Amino acid sequence: MLSDLYIPGDSPVHRARPLVKILALVVFCTGVFLVDHWAGIALAALLVAAGFALAGLHPRHGFAALRPALWILAAIFAVQLWLTGPALAAFVILRFALLILAASLVTLTTTAGEFVAGIEAGLKPAPDWVPKARIALAISLSLRFIPLVRSVLDEVREAQRARGLERNLTALLVPLVVRTLKQADETAEAIQARSFD
Amino acid sequence: MIRFRDVSVEKGGQPILTGIDLSLCERRIGVIGRNGSGKSTLARLFNGLETPTRGSVTVDGQEGGKALRRQVGFVFQNPDNQIVYTIVHEDLEFGLKNLGLGKEEMRARIDTVLGRFQLEHLRDRLTHQLSGGEKQMIALAGVLVMRPRLIVLDEPTTLLDLWNKRRFMAALRDLEQHVVLISHDLDLLNGFDRVLHVQNGRIAADGPPDAVIAGYVAGSQC
Repeated sequence: MLSDLYIPGDSPVHRARPLVKILALVVFCTGVFLVDHWAGIALAALLVAAGFALAGLHPRHGFAALRPALWILAAIFAVQLWLTGPALAAFVILRFALLILAASLVTLTTTAGEFVAGIEAGLKPAPDWVPKARIALAISLSLRFIPLVRSVLDEVREAQRARGLERNLTALLVPLVVRTLKQADETAEAIQARSFD
Repeated sequence: MIRFRDVSVEKGGQPILTGIDLSLCERRIGVIGRNGSGKSTLARLFNGLETPTRGSVTVDGQEGGKALRRQVGFVFQNPDNQIVYTIVHEDLEFGLKNLGLGKEEMRARIDTVLGRFQLEHLRDRLTHQLSGGEKQMIALAGVLVMRPRLIVLDEPTTLLDLWNKRRFMAALRDLEQHVVLISHDLDLLNGFDRVLHVQNGRIAADGPPDAVIAGYVAGSQC
């Protein structure tokens, strides 16, 4: 998550233009999806490791990015193991892990503002009817809302626990959705108040 | 000069404000009233966030639209809902980009405002990691960099502790802009030029703080 995981730094990866990083990520992900042999995956892993080293990042940063996806990876591994066997299951998992790590390399070294500027630069050649500023703002807001929604979730969870509701999904989701929508409304007004067209 | 001409606001068929007629030219104006009295709706009329069902609101002759919003800055109760970007200086740039300013001008304005409130150390901080007081100061800074003529604040100190409330009010006192402050905290209105008491969608009292607040307090005794 961009807003949570950005690690300030002055490495060549940090200094690289955001658009270049985003395009490199797209190319890398496409390449990883196209390769169907272990040598290709090994090369991709080497590239990601080199990127982390060049950015001066610790392996624990990569693990932190992978951790939220571990259960999904485990589920995919189990299904693949059942359908195709251990070798292909491991291959698929490694491929997904590399995609996540490559994306996190971009997010760890790019601020939200730079990211949005990169998206805007990428959209520059688009025709006038494409709402470039709105698209960029929407992306920025999604990133801004990640920690907000999480803090609301924590608050609601604590409030429910205090009332003895330990594992009640409805009691958790209803106030979370209501409060998030209210926040979204107020943020939309705040954006309007700050002269955004 | 702010002018409300026979302003009424209805929502879902229910009157929220009725027949508001005001001319406001004082530098510091307070608005008080019970929950649900209509004071937040009144505040939102100042910069066009709310459109009157009947009547008109003008600020220096401007009515509604972007031109009005450029003249009137708005600070919300919860800064979390006002901050758009994840890094402080990027959030401060947001309003300035909307004004179409160049990079040098943006930097100069941000430097000035951060310097004025001794907030330079927050420039590169992640916004969601700031304390409540810091967030509200950054929300105010985000409005001030746009150099509005009037600033409307809707209960901006509700979520602040005593220390941050004093700090925020000190910042507010020194502003050269005209200020409209909606607040439940009557102490904050000391030294204000004029106070409006909103009750059931109407202006129940309008005058110097001492008289209006005394009447409001007397009316709320059990």
